[in-house]
Amino acid sequence: MSLSQQQLVNEFRDVGGARQPLLIVRGLKKYFPLKSTGFGLRRERLAVRAVDGINFEILKGETLGVVGESGCGKSTTARLLMQLTEQDSGELIFDGQALGSRGLPLREYRRQTQMVFQDSYSSLNPRMTIEDSIAFGPTVHGVSKREALERAHDLLLRVGLEPARFAGRYPHELSGGQRQRVNIARALALEPRLIILDESVSALDKSVEAQVLNLLQDLKQAFGLTYLFISHDLNVVHYLCDRVLVMYLGEVVEVGPADALFEAPLHPYTQALLRSMPTTDPLQRTEEAPLAGDPPNPINPPSGCRFHTRCQDARAVCASVAPIFHEAVPGRRVACLKYQPDSGYETAQIPLREVTHG
Amino acid sequence: MGEANSTIRLRDLQVEFHQPGKRIQAVNGVDLEVGEGEVVALIGESGSGKSVTLRAMMRLHPDRATRYGGSLEVAGQDVLGMGAKQLALLRGKTIAMIFQEPLLALDPVYTLGQQITETIRRHEPVSRAEARARALQLFERVRIPSPDRRLDTYPHEMSGGMRQRAMIALALACRPQVLLADEPTTALDATVQIQILLLLRELQRELGLSIVFVTHDIGAAAEVADRMAVMYAGRIVEQGPAAVLLTRPRHPYTRALLKSRAEGAMQKGQRLETIGGAPPDLSKLPTGCAFAERCAHAADACRQTPPPNTRVGPGHEARCWRLDEIAVTDISRCTL
Amino acid sequence: MTAAILPDPTGERLDRPAVVRSRGHGANVLRRLLRNPVAMIAATILLLLILVAIFAPWLMPADPYATSMLKRLKPIGTEGMPLGSDELGRDLLSRLMLGARLSLFMGIAPVVMAFVIGGSIGILAGYAGGWLNTVVMRCVDVLYAFPSVLLAIALSGALGAGITNSLVSLTVVFVPQIARIAESVTTGVRRSDYVDAARASGASSLLIIRKHVLGNVIGPVFVYATSLISVSMILASGLSFLGLGVKPPQPEWGLMLNTLRTAIYTQPWIAALPGLLIFITSVSFNMLADGLRSAMEVKQ
Repeated sequence: MSLSQQQLVNEFRDVGGARQPLLIVRGLKKYFPLKSTGFGLRRERLAVRAVDGINFEILKGETLGVVGESGCGKSTTARLLMQLTEQDSGELIFDGQALGSRGLPLREYRRQTQMVFQDSYSSLNPRMTIEDSIAFGPTVHGVSKREALERAHDLLLRVGLEPARFAGRYPHELSGGQRQRVNIARALALEPRLIILDESVSALDKSVEAQVLNLLQDLKQAFGLTYLFISHDLNVVHYLCDRVLVMYLGEVVEVGPADALFEAPLHPYTQALLRSMPTTDPLQRTEEAPLAGDPPNPINPPSGCRFHTRCQDARAVCASVAPIFHEAVPGRRVACLKYQPDSGYETAQIPLREVTHG
Repeated sequence: MGEANSTIRLRDLQVEFHQPGKRIQAVNGVDLEVGEGEVVALIGESGSGKSVTLRAMMRLHPDRATRYGGSLEVAGQDVLGMGAKQLALLRGKTIAMIFQEPLLALDPVYTLGQQITETIRRHEPVSRAEARARALQLFERVRIPSPDRRLDTYPHEMSGGMRQRAMIALALACRPQVLLADEPTTALDATVQIQILLLLRELQRELGLSIVFVTHDIGAAAEVADRMAVMYAGRIVEQGPAAVLLTRPRHPYTRALLKSRAEGAMQKGQRLETIGGAPPDLSKLPTGCAFAERCAHAADACRQTPPPNTRVGPGHEARCWRLDEIAVTDISRCTL
Repeated sequence: MTAAILPDPTGERLDRPAVVRSRGHGANVLRRLLRNPVAMIAATILLLLILVAIFAPWLMPADPYATSMLKRLKPIGTEGMPLGSDELGRDLLSRLMLGARLSLFMGIAPVVMAFVIGGSIGILAGYAGGWLNTVVMRCVDVLYAFPSVLLAIALSGALGAGITNSLVSLTVVFVPQIARIAESVTTGVRRSDYVDAARASGASSLLIIRKHVLGNVIGPVFVYATSLISVSMILASGLSFLGLGVKPPQPEWGLMLNTLRTAIYTQPWIAALPGLLIFITSVSFNMLADGLRSAMEVKQ
């Protein structure tokens, strides 16, 4: 399909218009219950609160970055958005239509949203050739085998892999970077509008990563795609993304335009996270770790603001009052009592000493 | 740096793996010296030979399938020629190693306390109580909170950062002179990574520990290293003091690597500069410079003979035929 | 790794260069197996035995059913009876040859049936997960809890003697074992990213099982099943030995072991012959299964 044709297709499928967010996530919640030990009825059912009621939007044509550390729930969020795991509560609204409603059955949603996984090797069936792997998706949706294979060859060309050399090969014969390109081609095979990239370049060498990032940008332009880019590499996120979302312990703590967020982060966690990036200036080494301890376990999150146990700016009120995720500054939202007038934060006299979470 | 002070000395080290049907030249002539209390970072991408070099320092590779060449001295002892008994004495006591994934490196069925006391008692004739006291001290030194309680926990009961600290404690149990670190922070979150890097710096200061730090992340290396060595296809292509290497790299590969991290390199909306091509097949190394086929400055001479180690500054060396042609520009300070 | 260059079947476009196609997994396994000397020796032995079994009626030197009270328990090397005669005077060589049919059949057939039935149960339970998996697998576990010999004997005893009944009881013995392996491998495959990717493209469960799960699961299950053949042979022989399997005068190695039991004092070599054949066949199947496992194990 030529460039303009593809864009036409995307515009044709644009139901809600340019201002409608491509995906609205509302109140998404996912708990993983732990096996209860013993017969004790008194014991509460403990659960890993992987995602605890998050709200955000992905705008059409943007690249939204998601950052956070282990236990923050970003991978679970990705799986929820792909409906590989079903949420406990909350809804997804794709281009104005609720997922599961008559206008948007799951099968149709899966045509429009695709994912590229982190592990390039395990995301490809080791027994299937590259072209078969890419052609599988379209055949599920009624495309003839011949046409699907042709599309597969076209896509291989698009992602920079010569079809003659690669189509008949098996995954183990390709390098990590090549495999990731195949994964991208596979994601594109269904002509989706939204692609979720879950740490897709994290396992690649830096030089290969650069090539794949360039490719992703080219494809975004060519196909009019929207990206959700999950990564722990803040440099890459800053470079690639228009807006950035920061998660901590199953909640969204800050959202804002990438440049603004990196230059002047609002949430104390974001500040600590950005200060934790190693400097490559040997004359200005980091002298003190911005955050002590490890990210806490999402099984029993702290009361009130979840970050208060490690926060340098925490006050007494932070332990009891949970902050509301709201727009503190135009265009930027944050969940922190500092930016909530009348929250009780200002009136506290004695700041809470930083508690090391061991 | 006087040669007599070097804790580790590699001279033209070669490591070749013999597999049925092919020979892989993983390390192809490495010269490296690590002084007392010095941190040297070995930087490279996958296939560069950095991990192989590190493991060779303890002769961890299977003896039957591996062929060594050149010389390797640790604390004055010739490691390549050692017998099994001497090697067992060397490991743990003189030289210790920490790995990327502590869950895989620690024994899951023993508590940390048991593992540390076992190591201590293996090398020194101390009682169990004494060994435990030392283990407690080690845990305090690596800043594990509630150390007494933690000695009795199993590896899977700890969080990632704490496990890494525990592994460092285990490595330091017998007071080694050298610590080998194989990508110890790659699998950690950013906030935990910086803590571990700072811990390593502290240990270097307090214990006079020499550290060889293998990583692909230049940023992490910059936080700990005094000197850096960049590896490509089994050779060190450039090595020198960290400050100099990061600001005034001479070898084309180092420059390309650093350019991608320099300020202004990652401009939004612009394409990233990439190094075309791929690293060479280690079982079929090209004659001449291994980087020639991807190098923007390559000339015919580069493809014919491998370049020698050329001194470009105090303690700063690079392997390149085209050093004079490549301008010594100051890559702007890499900040993030 | 070399690959054949085949013309691209989909492209009529002449400007498209031919696609390089790599050898598939199956072809690689076969290639590695062919290079394994132990496995090849075992395969040759088995092939010989199978050929003998198929062509027995034409290869037999004498009538396996012809009894002769005068020629009872003749030793090896007797004229006209190269391997001697059994307790009823029948030519042992002919009986062993014909007996190969039943013995091999009783070894292979139950395993094949158990492979199909147990494999299906295991794969479906493994893919379904949740309560369905629990219910099915616990039922399977109940059967699995019985020692195979006891279960085989009990079932055969209940059903009665005869080939069909033995077949059924042996199949029932092996179904749980294969189902467990199949379920465990399927559960592992189910969790992999490529199955997630297939789900994410909207494919139905059955399609995913057919296209993605089956290919990756069959290998290990097949290897395990092959190792069960020798067990099946021995169990079938055991059943015949106990009078629960094949009925006389049909030749079958296990039955022959039984009837020649008393001859062990007078003609030990003759009495041992059927057992020796059972032994050789079982070991060969095991070697072949081992070779298959090594051939599949290597991460290419």
